[in-house]
Amino acid sequence: MVRVAFTENLQRHVSCAAKEVDADTVCGALDAIFFHCERARGYVLDEHGALRKHMVIFINGNPIEDRVTLSDAVAASDEIFVMQALSGG
Amino acid sequence: MSDRLLIATRKGLFQADRTGDASWTITRTAFLGDNVTLAFFDPRDASIYAALDHGHFGVKMHRSTDAGVSWTECTVPQYPKLPEGTEPAISPVTGKPYATTLKLIWSLAGGGKDQPGVLWCGTVPGGLFRSTDFGANWSMIHELWDHPDRLQWFGGGLDHPGIHSIWVDPRDHNRVTVGVSCGGVWVTPDSGTSWTCQANGMWAAYMPPERKHDPIIQDPHCLAACTANPDVLWVQHHNGVFRTTDGAKSWHEITAAAPSTFGFAVAAHPTNENTAWFVPAIKDEQRIPVDGKLVVSRTTDGGKSFEVLREGLPQSHAYDIVFRHALDVDNTGQRLAFGSTTGGVWFSENAGDTWHTLSCHLPPVHAVRFG
Repeated sequence: MVRVAFTENLQRHVSCAAKEVDADTVCGALDAIFFHCERARGYVLDEHGALRKHMVIFINGNPIEDRVTLSDAVAASDEIFVMQALSGG
Repeated sequence: MSDRLLIATRKGLFQADRTGDASWTITRTAFLGDNVTLAFFDPRDASIYAALDHGHFGVKMHRSTDAGVSWTECTVPQYPKLPEGTEPAISPVTGKPYATTLKLIWSLAGGGKDQPGVLWCGTVPGGLFRSTDFGANWSMIHELWDHPDRLQWFGGGLDHPGIHSIWVDPRDHNRVTVGVSCGGVWVTPDSGTSWTCQANGMWAAYMPPERKHDPIIQDPHCLAACTANPDVLWVQHHNGVFRTTDGAKSWHEITAAAPSTFGFAVAAHPTNENTAWFVPAIKDEQRIPVDGKLVVSRTTDGGKSFEVLREGLPQSHAYDIVFRHALDVDNTGQRLAFGSTTGGVWFSENAGDTWHTLSCHLPPVHAVRFG
């Protein structure tokens, strides 16, 4: 299972608790989360499914490479962390 | 006559109410700390819409049906995804690809009185959207987005072009006029199926001589219409004031505007087609009030002459700029309010003759709306 957690700053707008999901890509992991919390999707991704300009996603502490289709691979026991970049806003 | 004022600011939405002694007091706040870019009161069902730009988390919209006590998040307009393998068009002005995602909700307007739930939404980077269900779902007006001339629009103060003014003709809700910075004035007679650019008569000081009079690159900062005579519209343009009396078929420049012709906002009297208000400033490279004195200018004769209204407004070292949505007049034409970039809000109950301070320390004001 992959653990997905979100920045505290997001919780002020939409509740999105950390969760363990079955997925092999970042996109798959977020889809599994947003299936239960659809409103959060628009806070993290734009209308085309790309990561918002001033958001960043880490896998085990390393930023993802594919910000457009979120195809970076994940494996069991990986940790995904979604946060706002320290830019923009 | 409106007893409530919505004030959308960089750090929240403020609601002011008129009390019995004719003073105005802030009575409610919402979204404190968040960038509320626009507020819209829909008189058809008394609902309030607030548009937010969270920066990191994107553009959002909320609706209140209980006078601002509680809010529910709506969906926001979504730009269509380009077909696989298609590259975005390149702006001939910037040399950069046109944006294809929502950047800002820049205008909201209700449909006709007989169209409950119909809303129009103008956005940056230039898309116009329509909802038939109170903002629960939005459809892009593809006929405007796909119009070949749209690719000649470009951003003014923003990186991308945007639709900041929407006017639905009260005689015929299918006739809609929109103002675009920088893209001129566009009119549809059929609810968005067909469009023509109707900015003939405007001219652009910022363009090379060959393009000065080109309608599709004009920069109307704000467009306002007289409800009682919808063929009369006013535009505060980037380099002047323009007026039409024939439903935007032709525009004529108003050169008498004082103390300057630059500004962002315009408010049209709801019943007197010859009266409108502006908040002038020194033109674009400075964008400060003339001589550091904050004034409102008013014409009551269709633009032939202007009165400079300053009673109650700061007249020394005032550097307030009033953005395009930050001036409003109520449905009587007597009550006006405006808010500034430095957090001042003033109101008048005698058509602008005298002004009173509502606050001088709010966050920067994006928009004020009676409601």
